[in-house]
Amino acid sequence: MASAPRPLLEVRHLRVEFNLRRGTLTAIDDVSFEIAPGEVLGVVGESGAGKSITGTAIIGLLEPPGRIAGGEVLLDGRRIDNLPAEEMRKIRGRQIGAIFQDPLTSLNPLYTIGRQITETIMTHLPMDSRQARERAVALLEEVGIPAAGRRIDHYPHQFSGGMRQRVVIALALCASPRLIIADEPTTALDVSVQAQIITLLKRLCSEHGTAVMLVTHDMGVIAETADRVAVMYAGRLVEVGPVQEVIHGPQHPYTAGLMGSIPAIGQEVDRLPQIEGSMPRLDSIPKGCAFNPRCPKVFGRCREERPDLMDAGATRAACWLHRVDSPLAHA
Amino acid sequence: MIAFVVRRLLQGVFVMLVVGFIAFSLFNFVGDPVSLMLPPEATQADRQEMRVSLGLDKPFHVQFATFVANATQGNFGISLRLGRPVSTLLVERLPATLELAIAAAVLGLFVGIPLGVFTALKRDSWTSRAILTTSLIGVSLPNFLIGIFLILIFAVWLGVLPSFGRGDTVMVGPWSTGLLTTSGLRALILPSVTLAFFPLTLVMRLVRSEMLEVLRTDYIKFARARGLTDNAVNFGHALKNTLVPVITITGLQLGGIIAFAIITETVFQWPGMGLLFIQAVQFADIPVMAAYLCLIGLIFVVINLVVDILYYVVDPRLRLDRGGAGGH
Repeated sequence: MASAPRPLLEVRHLRVEFNLRRGTLTAIDDVSFEIAPGEVLGVVGESGAGKSITGTAIIGLLEPPGRIAGGEVLLDGRRIDNLPAEEMRKIRGRQIGAIFQDPLTSLNPLYTIGRQITETIMTHLPMDSRQARERAVALLEEVGIPAAGRRIDHYPHQFSGGMRQRVVIALALCASPRLIIADEPTTALDVSVQAQIITLLKRLCSEHGTAVMLVTHDMGVIAETADRVAVMYAGRLVEVGPVQEVIHGPQHPYTAGLMGSIPAIGQEVDRLPQIEGSMPRLDSIPKGCAFNPRCPKVFGRCREERPDLMDAGATRAACWLHRVDSPLAHA
Repeated sequence: MIAFVVRRLLQGVFVMLVVGFIAFSLFNFVGDPVSLMLPPEATQADRQEMRVSLGLDKPFHVQFATFVANATQGNFGISLRLGRPVSTLLVERLPATLELAIAAAVLGLFVGIPLGVFTALKRDSWTSRAILTTSLIGVSLPNFLIGIFLILIFAVWLGVLPSFGRGDTVMVGPWSTGLLTTSGLRALILPSVTLAFFPLTLVMRLVRSEMLEVLRTDYIKFARARGLTDNAVNFGHALKNTLVPVITITGLQLGGIIAFAIITETVFQWPGMGLLFIQAVQFADIPVMAAYLCLIGLIFVVINLVVDILYYVVDPRLRLDRGGAGGH
């Protein structure tokens, strides 16, 4: 999908470091991507690839010792990564909403969901408590909570997991943000409920024109929901492209391995294909391409020089195979 | 909720019966009360007459029932040492102890909670570390030593506060209060600070560790992600979640403060129940000791009941009788 003239969110050369006593760990290293208004960008990768940290860094909630050590984040062309805390707080919830992995622990157990929703609405929008409550009921109806007018006065523990995630989505949509960062929104849910939540999220965002950064390790969810997909490996972006192209014609050997390891129903195999080895620890990322020790197509340059994202067919991949002067480029 | 309170009340009655039984058996531990009360030259007939008039010829369970019946009406007999009804003595002394204990508890909570929140939010600041180090003194120094130090500094060296007694008191109905006179308030400062030291540090450390725990939870992170202000997150969302354990400890501490006021009251010659009790022990004044035991037992039972009810108020998850969980 062609990106709109002006992206809603631009992340440029983002670098996140953790200053620990035993040295500095680089969790995110030179990551750049953009999200157009109304677009759904899926971010995939193994655990520890830096997907969630990227999201946390964008909304300015990195906890010390983590910090943004380089690069910039732009929302609507305005730099937001260096804003004062109070300015950034006003953006959170108002411009960028967030949904976290576990709906069971995302809600404060001591307050009714109504109180939590109206509190958020009144923080961001000029409404009195009666207007906020009306809006809260409307939001709860929109996310499919039956008998919202009555349920609004219930406490989180009186809702099931799926219902709570709907409440969390309502909370994220409270002030009609233009971007939602959804961090593994379905991972903690029953499989039967996952599809409902994803469908809901997708419908609401397209109705409201909200862009979504969907962080997940579930390729099924990405395939169904995202317009474009970004693949992360060891804190770096390895491939970005339209979702169909990346799934059906991955250009980076890591993406290819990732796609190859998804079992298909009806296909009989003795062993599930897998990528040999495991992702390097953040303190021992190899020189050159981070994937080179596991890569089946590795060659000399991969061990020496780090590749940037480069045009590779219909996608962009950080792989030397796609450099025209590569010895294997036309092999 | 009602059923819960009724159940707790019944349990409380049972606890009080046990406490009463222990208090009652005190009388039998110190030997035959008749020989204590009559002069050595009394005749066997005198003894028998006394025994009947005191009801001591009746079987054990009847005697205990009589004791319980009297105790529920506040009748604990006559003090052997002072020759006055025990209930009158306790009613005279109760206000002093309660005022001291409540002043100490208020001090402990209203200084302990803010300090706990502060040291949790500014975890790495120099001030927090200084406060935490100082608080070790409160945990580790015995109460009477702190009292003596305070007397030394503020009464002896600086001479700004009285070192003993309760100052002038005013009668408000049957209640003698020191809170309405300047000298009464001045006299309250040192003993209440002494008594507050331990619960204050305990509450502070508890609030701090609970806050640190709660600040790490997902719902706090989510509250920040929703753009709520720091005050709303820290005080509206985080602090309230630390309250359940704080209520528990505060309740237990309040009982402890009243019971352990004995030591502070002795150091400051505070005319409260603790001082009365210590003197009763020295003179083997059994009725006073029994009554004190029952009263402290009652205070603990009431505090525990209040604490349990407060749980319900704070934590909706405990209110099982309100609305069921919804389906998917």
